[in-house]
Order: sequence, then C-alpha cells, then structure tokens
Amino acid sequence: MMTLATTRVVIIGAGPAGIRAAETLAQAGLRPILVDEGRLPGGQGYRRPSAGLALDMDALLGTQAAKYRALHARFAELAPAIDYRPETLAWAVHEGTLHVARDGAAATLPFDALLIAAGAADRVFPVKGWTLPGVFTLGGAQVILKDQGCLIGRRMVFLGSSPLLSLAALQYRQFGADVAAICDTTPLREKLLAAPALAPAAATALRGLGYLARLRRDGVPMFSGTTPLAIEGRDHVEAVRFRLGDGEERVIACDAVAFGYGLKPETQLAELAGARFGYDPVFRLWGPNLDADGRARPGLYLAGDCAAIGGADAAEASGTLAALALLADLGGEVTHRERRDMPRLRREVARYRSFQKGLARAFAWPGSRGATAIADEVELCRCENVTAGDIRAAIAADLGPVDVNRVKAITRCGMGRCQGRMCGPALQEIAAAASARPLAEVGRLRGQAPVKPLAIGSAAAPA
Amino acid sequence: MTAGRGADTVVVGGGLVGCWTAFFLARRGQRVTLVDKGVVGAQSSGVNFGNLRLQGRFPGQYPLSLRAQALWEDLPGLIGEPCEYDRCGHLYLAMNDDEKRKLDGYAEVSASYGLDIEHVGPAALQQRWPWLGGKVVAATYSARDATANPRLVTPAVARAARRAGATIIENTRVTEIERRGDDFLVRTEAGDDIPCRSLVNAAGAWAADIARWFGEDTPLFPAGPPQFVTEPFPYRIVPSVQTIDGTVIMRQIPRGNVILAGYPRTAVDPVGNRAPVPPAKTLAGMYHLGQLVPMLRDCHVIRVWSGIEGYLPDMLPVIGASAGTPGLFHAFGFCGHGFQIGPGVGLCLSELIVDGSTATPLDPFAISRFDRPVAVSEKLGREFDPRTAH
Ligand SMILES: Cc1cc2nc3c(=O)[nH]c(=O)nc-3n(C[C@H](O)[C@H](O)[C@H](O)COP(=O)(O)OP(=O)(O)OC[C@H]3O[C@@H](n4cnc5c(N)ncnc54)[C@H](O)[C@@H]3O)c2cc1C
Ligand SMILES: Cc1cc2nc3c(=O)[nH]c(=O)nc-3n(C[C@H](O)[C@H](O)[C@H](O)COP(=O)(O)OP(=O)(O)OC[C@H]3O[C@@H](n4cnc5c(N)ncnc54)[C@H](O)[C@@H]3O)c2cc1C
Repeated sequence: MMTLATTRVVIIGAGPAGIRAAETLAQAGLRPILVDEGRLPGGQGYRRPSAGLALDMDALLGTQAAKYRALHARFAELAPAIDYRPETLAWAVHEGTLHVARDGAAATLPFDALLIAAGAADRVFPVKGWTLPGVFTLGGAQVILKDQGCLIGRRMVFLGSSPLLSLAALQYRQFGADVAAICDTTPLREKLLAAPALAPAAATALRGLGYLARLRRDGVPMFSGTTPLAIEGRDHVEAVRFRLGDGEERVIACDAVAFGYGLKPETQLAELAGARFGYDPVFRLWGPNLDADGRARPGLYLAGDCAAIGGADAAEASGTLAALALLADLGGEVTHRERRDMPRLRREVARYRSFQKGLARAFAWPGSRGATAIADEVELCRCENVTAGDIRAAIAADLGPVDVNRVKAITRCGMGRCQGRMCGPALQEIAAAASARPLAEVGRLRGQAPVKPLAIGSAAAPA
Repeated sequence: MTAGRGADTVVVGGGLVGCWTAFFLARRGQRVTLVDKGVVGAQSSGVNFGNLRLQGRFPGQYPLSLRAQALWEDLPGLIGEPCEYDRCGHLYLAMNDDEKRKLDGYAEVSASYGLDIEHVGPAALQQRWPWLGGKVVAATYSARDATANPRLVTPAVARAARRAGATIIENTRVTEIERRGDDFLVRTEAGDDIPCRSLVNAAGAWAADIARWFGEDTPLFPAGPPQFVTEPFPYRIVPSVQTIDGTVIMRQIPRGNVILAGYPRTAVDPVGNRAPVPPAKTLAGMYHLGQLVPMLRDCHVIRVWSGIEGYLPDMLPVIGASAGTPGLFHAFGFCGHGFQIGPGVGLCLSELIVDGSTATPLDPFAISRFDRPVAVSEKLGREFDPRTAH
C-alpha cells in the first residue's frame, strides 16, 4: 500500500508554483524530487542572477522584491527536506516514469504522482524582420537582464501587447538602456473596455498603472493601437516601422527590439503525461483540462502558469493547492490544513486567473485580423524558414490541409528545433484565416518527446 | 441516399496504395471513387521513414518491387510533383560473420533479379564513408535504392488521380458494404451509398475488418516502428544506411536532419489512433546510432514519432483478388515495406481490375494462404515488442 513516506512524487519546475508545492509536500512528511532545467531555483518571474553577479534586485523588482526574497528564503529553508535536482531536463513522461537528462546523461525517475509546474513561454506574432539579430522576445529580454545582467541593446523599442511590456521597459531603463518607444498594439479604447474585468486583482492592475505613470513621467514615448509594419535593418535591427491608430506611419531608430504578446502555458509535458486539452476562446489557445485544484487525471497535477496563465501570485497559490489535492488523493485523512486552506486557495487562484482573462483583453493577441494582415513573404517558422505565404499556398492547394498538424506535415512549419513552441499560436491563426474556419477547428500542434532537444550521446547502452 | 453517380470501382482507404490504385484506374478510363475516413496520406503512408529500399527484400517480391521502383523513378512524369525523390543509394552493414553470411545471401538474391550490388570491404568503407564508426565487417551498396518524402507523396498522387478523373472523398468512413448481385453498395458514415462493380480494400491496418465482412479472416495485427529526427547539421551522409540486425536504419536528408528508425516495433492503438513511442526505444536507437556514426553524438534529437502499420505473421502483405468474392480486391498488411512497393501494387491492382490479370507474379501474397496455418516469420520474435498484439 502507498503510504506518505514511500510515495514517490516528482515535481517538474522550481519556479514559484513548484517551490510552493514542494514545501507543502515536505511539510506533510514527503520528500519530493524537484527537477528543474535551470541552474538556480526561482523560475522565470523570480529568476535569480547567476552566481557572482551582484545585481541590485530591489531596483530591478521594485514592489515585487519582497516576494522574490520571501520565495528564495522559503526555498533555502526547504532545500534539505527535498531532493532538488537542478540542471535536469525533463524530456519525456511515459507510463509512470519521468525521463530526464543531466550532465549529458539520460536517466529515469519512476513516480507515483507527478506535479508539473513548468511555467509559460512567450507568445510571439510574426512581423516582417522579426528574425533579425537584435530582436528578442520580451521574456527573453528579461531573462538576459536578470540572469546575466546584460542589456540586449542601448536604444530599445518594446513592441507587442503585454503587461510585461512596461515592466520590462522600466527594468531596462533602470539598467541604463534608452527606451526609444513602447508600441502597444491594443487600442486604448479596448483597454478601457477591459478595465472592469481587471477588478479581481485591483492591486496588480494598479501596479501596472504605476509602471505606465513612471514611464510617462520619464518622458518615454508610448503609443497604443499601433500596427507593426516591419523591423528594419541590414544585418541587425536599425529601426521599427509602425502605423498609428490614425493611419500615420512612424519609423523609430533603435538597436534592439523586445517583443511579445503575453504568455502561453508550456504544455508538452502535460500532454505526454496524458492530460486532455480544451480550447480557450479568450486566450485563443488550447489548455489542459483541470479541476479547480489542478488535477488533470489520476496522479497528474498541474500548477502555475503551465496550468493556466495567472502570474507569480497565482503560481504560488496554485502550487500549494495542487500539492494539497495530491495529499488528499493519497487517501490520508483530510487534515485541518486542507479543510482550512483549500477553499481559500481555490478562490484566490480563480481570482488571479480571471484577472488574466481581463488582461488578455486589455493586451490583445492580434488574432485572425492580425493573421490576415501578415504579408506572404513574412517568415513564420524561423527554424525551418517557412513563410506565411507557404502556409497559405499549401492550404489553397487541391486536397490541401486544414488541421495544423497536417499543415506542418506539408510545409515543415513547426517541425524544427523548437517544435512549434515559437510559431505554433500564429500558425493556428494563419491556418484558420486561410481556410476560413474557426480557430478551434484547425486544432493545435501535437506535442511529442523530447520536449526539448536531447543529445544523441546522452543515451547509455540499453540494458 | 444513393450518391448521384455510381462508380466502376470504389477504393476504401486513401493511403499510398489506395491513391496509386485510384490513379491508375482513372488513367485507364474507369470511374473511381476513393473514400478515406481521415485525409489522404495521413496514416502509415504519410509518416513512414521514406525508404525505397531494394536490397534484402523477400525474393518473391522482386518483380513487383522493381516495377514499383521504375514508377518512383518517373514520379514527376507520372504525377507532376518530384516529392523529394532522391536516388541516394542504400548501404547495408554486417557487424559479424553470421551477419556477413546473411548479407551475402541477400546480395545473391538481389543480383539474381538484376540488381547491381556492390560488395564493400572494411577498408574501402572507411574511405568512402569515413563517418562510419563501429565494427563493420562487411557491407553491400545498391545505387538504385532511393528515398522520397512520404509526407508529400500521397497527397500528390491523390491530386494526380483527381486530375485524371477520380473522385476523392475525405473525412468519411466506410461503415458497411452490401453485395447487390454482382455489384457492391458501399455505405459511408455520411449516409451515402455508392454502387460499384469492383471494390478495393486498401484500408491499411484497419483492412482486416473489411475482409471479415466478406468472410475472409486474416491474422492482421497493428504495430508501430519507432522513429526519430535530429536537428539539421551539414549534409554529409548521402546513402541511407541500415545494419542488418535492424538496430539502425538511418538517413540524412539534404536539408540536414538525420532520421532514424529501429526495431523493435511497438504497440499502437488503431481505434484511438495513437502510436506512442516508449522513451526506452528512443534511447536505444540513439545509443546504436551514436555507436555507428560517432560524429552524431553531439547532435540533438528533436522529435519522435511512429505510425499504425498492419503486419501479418509471415511478414508478407495480402495483394490480389478475394478468394470468395468476385470483384473484391485486397491490398493490405504491408509489414513495414509498403511505401516502396506502393506504386507497383496500385498498378497491378488496376490491371487485375481492368484486364483481369497482371504479368507481375502475386501468388505469394494471396489471401487464401491463411486458409491453412502460415509459417511464422523468425522476425516476429526479434523485431517486435512482446506487447504488440501478434
Ligand atoms: C521568459 C519569461 C520571463 C518572465 N519574466 C517575468 C518577470 O520579469 N516578472 C514577472 O512577474 N513575471 C515574469 N514572467 C511570468 C512568469 O511566468 C510568472 O511570473 C511565474 O514565474 C510563473 O511561475 P511558475 O512557477 O508557474 O513557472 P516558472 O517560474 O516559469 O517556473 C517554471 C520552471 O520550470 C522549469 N522547467 C520548464 N520546463 C522544464 C523541463 N522540461 N524540464 C525541467 N525543468 C523545466 C523552468 O526551468 C522553470 O524554472 C515571465 C515568464 C517568462 C516565460
Ligand atoms: C513509422 C513507419 C515507417 C515506415 N517506413 C517504411 C519505409 O521506410 N519504407 C517502406 O517501404 N515502408 C515503410 N513503412 C510502411 C509503409 O508506410 C506502409 O506499408 C504503407 O504506407 C501502407 O500504405 P497503405 O495505403 O496500405 O496504408 P495507410 O497509409 O495506412 O492507408 C490506409 C488508409 O485507409 C483508411 N481507412 C481505414 N479504414 C477505413 C474505412 N473503414 N473507411 C475509409 N477509410 C479507411 C485510413 O484512414 C488510411 O488513410 C513504414 C511504416 C511506418 C508506420
């Protein structure tokens, strides 16, 4: 029989969700294995600078600095009670075993329960020139700053639509970059319409307004309702060309661009572990089907941004909640803590996530209108050099594909090194627009192992 | 409801075999309707390794196989699209003396059918293909062997069939077939009834059900050969390469990616339409590949996949007329080698249907062989996971 002490629980991801889950399990007497491909715990939002790098994290994180410190303090206290494995990539899940790779060697971790807290990834929408050197995703630009203390450029344009646009711009300014412009593609009018939906997390919304106020005070040029036309340059970014809401065209010189349209859950591991997916019309994405506590199926739990985009606070709450659900499912008696905390945590998680739905409106994904506007020659899949025109031609051909997996088979879009993590959402939009179908009907790119590239040499002789 | 126009022939299954059959029938002036439960070329025919290997085939299949290869060699002429057909050659490797004997035996058979087989010793091997590591004791090379891109071929054949006059119906499952005198009435899940004179069962791993509707039982079982692909790196490995024990079947496409297939084949789910690849198989394939081509050890695997293929215990397909129902023709159970012979099978079936006979010998593939217990291939134990349904 499974008892608490002998139950093998593996957690993937040492971000806020994974750390809180590990803490909850350890408090109940388990010793979970916590794997993370990164060198240090903390995940994305609370990423810690590399060893030996003295970054002023208070300046960088501002109002979030206290939470950052608290999470890392929790981890330090927790570390002896868990089996923490950094620099360990989880690359497959199959029949109760997690497959990992560490130090160039593959290994297996059998589990009784799996809790995935793998976070999110940037959502990008192609624009002419987005593959030029000097263009980074918004999250990537933040990672470079936090992890390495480096700037991606000296004169930056922040482009796209995301609440992180203004946060990242402030962070870059703090470290000496000149912010040439922030070009938000969502019109102000739509932002105002979304305002009531932001009420569930008023504090967070106010924090965002605070960022904007600071940028405005500092005289940073900010535009909303822009249409990006091109990122220009010969061998490197030199300028961003865009159209304002009133039709006026602008060109702003810069040497780097950070761009993004919010986040999307990293779901490949959950898919391999047997989670089912449903279409979310607000985010225009497919996400894992979960109950309120994060159960995907017996023995499989999801928490944090890989379950549903919710941000760092939701990640912490949902990590604790999923771990409590796991403990309850192990059949132990329902503890005082579960009875007391679970209803509160459920409400909290639901609140943050509904706030994110509001954000998804205030910072809109370009969707089908954006997809129709992409010129044929714009590259969509940068791994395999597939253009929007290639997709449209394949779909228009006699017996042409509709489902995105078939589009991929015919065009190679999403078949490269990143396996469609970068181009997948925009591919869905372009395929839906080109075949005149609702987005849900063209499906989503199916995940397969390895969820990230795996070196041939990491395999040992089979037993 | 009876569909507006009947057909001379209905083909059930839009894989490579069904599409080539429809193509050749349409070219002979037949009214053909092809029906697939999904889209054309999305099953085995669209996910296979892409080998058009001639070396080491079942001896009785050479006439068919060579006929098929001649069609592959004329692909643009036939269907108007090249589909990355590439006459890259095939290198067959023996790692010990036992395997060398087997290799020599294969070579003798191949040569007797007119194939040009070159024996290459270890020293010459190192010179011509210096990236080969491992302890290869002997090799044979066949220059006529080739590859093509399976993802592109079947839809291209279906388009050509359509241009030749065939009707292609996708996303429609054939649910029932009634005998009406000498004719058939093919019923689809869409509620259409298509009357026809001849019927082709080219339903791949699902074909046993259709044969059973006509009282013909076959021990068909589904399995999936695990595959993986690496990130691209500079193009250096031109021929497709195979160790005789099947642990490594690999090729590099000119774009740079290396594709690997390796035994044993694994369990699949034809009802749920799933062909999962157990990670242990991927790791085994990676290990063997790293041994054989050491320069690939730093190269990364980016994706695994498999497909749902139909196998028969003697590792030979069923091709030809039904034993009990005139007008019914079967072509299924291609046991992992149907891509190469696909065009030849389609051509032979069109001849059987239009002319009543074909010059290509098909006797070894008759469905009637299952009236008695067949000799089980030694490959069944070696090349299949115990969990496959064989
Ligand atoms: C690039 C990026 C930058 C971001 N920057 C900020 C920011 O500056 N401020 C902010 O408030 N929010 C930021 N976010 C939002 C962030 O998602 C949330 O704030 C919060 O970090 C979510 O917590 P989490 O625990 O769900 O996931 P994360 O914090 O993302 O943690 C997930 C962890 O899982 C690990 N992991 C993922 N896949 C695997 C695998 N296959 N094998 C092993 N380990 C794996 C990762 O290494 C990571 O440590 C960023 C998001 C992204 C994607
Ligand atoms: C991973 C893998 C690698 C392979 N590698 C090679 C190789 O390198 N070289 C080689 O020669 N061969 C290879 N093969 C084998 C080869 O792919 C197959 O033998 C060949 O494609 C079979 O073609 P088919 O048309 O008979 O079957 P399929 O392609 O499976 O087509 C059958 C079609 O019938 C349809 N169907 C089934 N039931 C019904 C119904 N009731 N109504 C309507 N439609 C129906 C299906 O939807 C399907 O599209 C490989 C196979 C796999 C899976």
